[in-house]
Order: sequence, then C-alpha cells, then structure tokens
Amino acid sequence: MATEILMPALSPTMEEGTLAKWLVKEGDTVSSGDIMAEIETDKATMEFEAVDEGIVGKILIAEGTEGVKVNTPIAVLVEEGEDASALPTAAPAAAAVAEAAPAAVEAPAPAAAPAAPVVDLSPDWPADAEMKSETVREALRDAMAEEMRGDEDVYLMGEEVAEYQGAYKISQGLLDEFGSKRVIDTPITEHGFAGIAVGSAFGGLKPIVEFMTFNFAMQAIDQIINSAAKTLYMSGGQMGCPIVFRGPNGAAARVAAQHSQDYAAWYMQIPGLKVVMPYSAADAKGLLKSAIRDPNPVIFLENEILYGRSFDVPQVDDLTIPLGKARIWREGSDVTIVSFGIGMQYALEAADKLAEDGISAEVIDLRTIRPMDTGAIINSVMKTNRLVTVEEGWPQGSVGSYISSVVMQEAFDYLDAPVVNCTGKDVPMPYAANLEKLALITTDEVIAAVKQVTYR
Amino acid sequence: MAARKTAKKPNVSSEELTTYYREMLLIRRFEEKAGQLYGMGLIGGFCHLYIGQEAVVVGLEAAAKDGDKRITSYRDHGHMLACGMDPGGVMAELTGRIGGLSKGKGGSMHMFSKEKHFYGGHGIVGAQVPLGAGLAFADKYKENGGVTFTYFGDGAANQGQVYETFNMAALWSLPVVFVIENNQYAMGTAQARSTSTKDIYHRGEAFGIPGEIVNGMDVLAVKEAGEKAVAHCRAGKGPYILEVKTYRYRGHSMSDPAKYRTREEVQKVREQSDPIEHVRELLLTGKHATEDDLKAIDKEIKEIVNQAAEFSKESPEPSVEELWTDIYAEVG
Repeated sequence: MATEILMPALSPTMEEGTLAKWLVKEGDTVSSGDIMAEIETDKATMEFEAVDEGIVGKILIAEGTEGVKVNTPIAVLVEEGEDASALPTAAPAAAAVAEAAPAAVEAPAPAAAPAAPVVDLSPDWPADAEMKSETVREALRDAMAEEMRGDEDVYLMGEEVAEYQGAYKISQGLLDEFGSKRVIDTPITEHGFAGIAVGSAFGGLKPIVEFMTFNFAMQAIDQIINSAAKTLYMSGGQMGCPIVFRGPNGAAARVAAQHSQDYAAWYMQIPGLKVVMPYSAADAKGLLKSAIRDPNPVIFLENEILYGRSFDVPQVDDLTIPLGKARIWREGSDVTIVSFGIGMQYALEAADKLAEDGISAEVIDLRTIRPMDTGAIINSVMKTNRLVTVEEGWPQGSVGSYISSVVMQEAFDYLDAPVVNCTGKDVPMPYAANLEKLALITTDEVIAAVKQVTYR
Repeated sequence: MAARKTAKKPNVSSEELTTYYREMLLIRRFEEKAGQLYGMGLIGGFCHLYIGQEAVVVGLEAAAKDGDKRITSYRDHGHMLACGMDPGGVMAELTGRIGGLSKGKGGSMHMFSKEKHFYGGHGIVGAQVPLGAGLAFADKYKENGGVTFTYFGDGAANQGQVYETFNMAALWSLPVVFVIENNQYAMGTAQARSTSTKDIYHRGEAFGIPGEIVNGMDVLAVKEAGEKAVAHCRAGKGPYILEVKTYRYRGHSMSDPAKYRTREEVQKVREQSDPIEHVRELLLTGKHATEDDLKAIDKEIKEIVNQAAEFSKESPEPSVEELWTDIYAEVG
C-alpha cells in the first residue's frame, strides 16, 4: 500500500520550511532510519529520516522549494511491485493536522457594583473557651507535637531541628518525644533536603520542612515550585504533595540584606501553593495544624521577632483554623487597614493612635495570603470606602498591589480615595541601625497613609 | 575500573528473552510513531525519544519487584511503557488529549502512575534525583522493603543537587538505585567537554556509595547489574550507583539537528551494538525462536502501536473546564 510522506514539523514552532535537498531519488529502497532529505526549519537544517520501509515511488516536491507547509505530501513510498504512476498527485493532507481550535472561552464580564461577597465571619473558637497566654514559639511547637501525635506519617526535617532543639527553639522537646526517626537533623543543603522531603510526600508521608530562615529557601525554590506546587496539575490530579515548608521570614534585627527579606509576595504568585503568614499565637497554632493536615503544599511564613511575643490562646482540644479565612481584629467605619504577619503590629498600633484622633479604623488580618479572603476585604471596603495595606515586603509586585487591583476591579465604585500600599522601602536591608529603621515600615507611615486616604 | 561486562553464555529462558525482545521493540516502535506524529504536528512542544536506550529500562525493570518505585527525567516514554503503563494513554498524553495519562495536562515530559509506582516525568534536569531519594526515604520510614530506581543522565550528573542527594542517601542508608543513563551527550555537549571524570559513578566513592559501569546495550548485563544493586539496597546497605553506558540514536529532542556528532558514529552504534538486534540474535542462534516467530511479534507490536496512535488521535482534547481542575487537592 502506498504511504504518503508528509512535510514534517521539526521544531515546536515550525509551520513551514524549505525542502533543501533530497538524499534519495525515485526508485530507491529505504528502510527505517535512512535519511531521506534535508529540511531547513526556522532554527536549523535537519535531516529527515524514513520511518517506514519501502521504495520511493514519487517525489512530489522538488528540492529547493521554499515555504513548504507542514503536512504537505512531499513524496510517496510504495511497496515492491506497486505502480507509482497510478498514484494521485499531491493533495493537501491538511485533515491530518490537529484542529486545535479551542472552544471560545467567554471572558468574564467585569462586575460593576458587586453584591456584598459571602464572607465567613464565624468565630474560630467558642466564645466561652478558657484563654491562656502563650508565646508564638510555644504555639508552633504545640501544633507540631499535636499533629505528630495524631498521625504517624507526619515528620519534621531541617537544619538543627533535633539535637539543637531548633535554631530558634521552635522544635524544643520534639526529639525527646518523637525520636530521631521523626525529628531529623539535615546537613546544610536546602536544595537537596527540600527535594527529598517533596519526594517523601509523593511516597505517602507528610513532611514538615523547617528552613532556618526563608532566605535559605531560595536554594530550594525550584523543588518548592516546580516539584511540590505543580505535580498535582501535571499528573492530571493523580499525585499531590502534602507538605509544609515553615520557618522565619522577613527582617529580624540587624542581620542585613541577605537575611532580611519578606517572601510573601513571591510565593503568593504560585498556583498550587497555599501561603500562610500568621500574626498571633492562636492563629499560628490553629493555622499550622490545618496546614499539616492540608493535602497541598503550604508555605508557612513565621517571624523571628514575633516568636517571643505572647498572646491569648484558647485552651480547646484540637484548635484548627481554616486556611483562606481572614480575621477582623478590630471593627471600624472610616478606613480599612489590611495586613498580615508582623505588619499587623503596625496596623494595630496605628489604629489605636488614629482612634485618639477620632478616626475609626477597621483592621483585617489576612492570615492566609493564598487563597486570599478577598471577600472580607471587599466587604469592609464597601463599608469604609477607604483602604490602606501594610506589609514589610518591597513595593513592586507586593501583596498590597495585588489587593489594590482586586479592589479596583471588584469594588471601584465604593472607593472614595485611591488605595495606599504601605511597604518596606525599595532597598536591600542595610545593616546600620538608623538606616535599618528607615528601611522598615513604621506605625507613623501607616497613620500618614490613613490620613491621606481619609483626607485629614 | 570495572570492565564493560557482557553476559557470557546467557543462562536465560526463551520466555525471558522473548519478553525483553517484545518490550524493547514496543518502546522502539512507539517512539518511531511518536516521531512521526510529531512531524505531523499532532505532538507539540518538546519530545525526547528513547530510541537506542531501550535495554536500560527493560533490563532494570526485570530486576524490580512489585511495589518498587521509579522516577526519571523528561526522556520518559520508555520507562512508562516498561513499567506497564498503557501505550494508548501515553500516546494520548503526547497528543494532549483527555485520554492521556495526565488528561493532556502534562505532555511528553510529565506523566505519572500511582498504580505502577511511576513518579514522573520531570522537566528540570537533575530535580528528580532528590525526589527519588525522597521516595526511598518514605519506603525506609514505612519499613516496606521497597527500592526506588532513580534515573538521570550524564548531563544531570553535573547538577549540585545530585551530590547533595548522594550525601544524604549515604548518610541515611536510603534504599535507592541511582541509574546514570550515560548516553554520552548532554543535549549537544559530549561528556568529555562537560565532565571532569571519565566514569561518573566514581563520584559516588566520595560519599561511600558503591557503583559500577554497565553495558547498556546488553539487556542481560543490565538486568544482572540491576539485581545486584537491588539486593544491596534491600539488604539495608544504602544506595548503589549503576552507570549504564548507552546511546541515543535520535537528537536530544525532535528539534535537535544533532550536528555535534557524525552520522557515521550513530550508524556504527546502530549496526554494531543495537540492543534489540542483540536479543534478536540470541533468540535465533539459541533456537529460542524462528524468523516467523519474531515476525509475528513484530506484527503484534506494530498493531499495539497503531492502536495507541489511533486512540491518541481520536481521544478528544480536554474540556475547557480542565483548565481549572487539579490545582489543589480538596481538604478532606
């Protein structure tokens, strides 16, 4: 039976090419692997091999022809004894091309003035729960210990997490309770151990990876994004990665440029990741427990300065807080201040001082950056009509700039002033004490921003 | 240095030899068909063919037990077929259709099968090496006796994370076989131009990991070496390195004009060391099979591949809803 040889696509972008040279002539016998022709693509001159055996019955496109479209018949192979002259001449075999015309996807109509979004305002714990003052450090350790007690597959891995009891003492006591099989000191090799942890999650475990700080996770970011975040999608839903990457993030004090960076905006961009950045001890505990149980990779951004700070923590069995739910820390009517992590400290201080000036600020702690509870923000903006965001990270591509775009698209008609983003300064973190102070966000800057949007 | 080994008078059954012949032939014919479909524009993007390297994965699969795991790079079609994944599902993934093993969302470089313990299909050179050690970590943690085959190329062997992994795999005695598929070219760069050592497996010695060179054009030699490596891992002695010398006949990917080596070099390997011809000869000279028997197998394989190709063309493209699924697993 005669076989048409079609002009091949020889690169991901090739649509046509030049048939530079025939290396066979009519009547030649070819077998699989023999070079038949040289074809010039947009990138290179490629040799084109025969796939089937046969006799070259007819050459349909002469050598030197330019602009030969992919899938045009260029020759015909016949079997022994077959008559080549009876063959039809070139008929475009365009039907063989995948008709990849996608169904038109309707663009979402821009929502003009939205109805109030549905927001989960349920309390995180019973109102009558007994409260006890605990540090964020204790809350994080208790969260890990409780989850490790409840699930044999949960383990902790990282630099100095076991015998040293944690570089910041977050894993204090865990080695004693769970042993060296489940609390594992690694060499200083972030890329490697992050990859091993992700592989172990593919293999059915639920790792908690502690980065001594998130600055060092840049060594491992390929494994976090390309391996942990994307595999569920790439596998068509077959293989997920239940893992928590946690550790201190952002500026500590006087540790300079390479140890003082806020990664919230970096990880926030990645579909497949969840990103949590708690402020209070109760949230740190409840969110970390939820993160460990979550079947997806979770980036859990802590803060060294907050580790030693005490907050009231409800004394309930199994405190969990759902990821993706913001918390209204303080209700107000004149302006909405949205923050997360240590930024909350400035937001809350500013709200206190603004109250003295008669400005009532509503303060929202996002707690989870991705998925983001944008409904809670919009709901609040519909009431206050003014918005200020507060974070320690840099301005360009900040969490605040994303929030601004969402609010502009979904609640533009409710804004009485442009949104202001308070961020860290657009500089690497300096070491000198006076300069470091200037580089960070301050309460006074938040107050000034609020006055700007309230025209006071 | 270990000499290149070829199994002597092979002490192997007809059935076993026929199985290897059939499995290697399936990979070759499948890859030829994939090349053809790429040429027709039915497969897009990058497509890295395994032609020439068939004996590596077929030999090692013969040394694996149920429950053992495998993970590899983007040159992965052969590994999928060898561990029993459906050729139609693999081909339909190449054409980006809903019938593909990743519903068309992964493509040539990203396929997975929980059922067959195949963990991908990874597109970042070397990234699968710590992942493979992590799978072995999970096996050791669960004390299930499993071994993981972690495949990577001579090019990946220059990535830093490979040596980070060697260190931890040795330190923690992880049951992982590191398989260096040395096809001698990292894309277009010959090994001698990229790698300071002649034999890459020697680098394991710095971490206390034993290893050896294997003739990757001889499926029986590969299987024998694989059995030794697996026994080492299962005995709790930690990782083992197999540097399997092999050769790819085609370019690095479909768009590689392969000007970095001569046509004669490729032709010489094809004529003198082809892994499929080798088994074919063993079958015929050992009177395990007749020409007619082999012709029947060829025909049967051709039929399987044609059916896979048909399925890959007929299976519809994924529905537009698929764009938004499988990004997050549901919180249970």
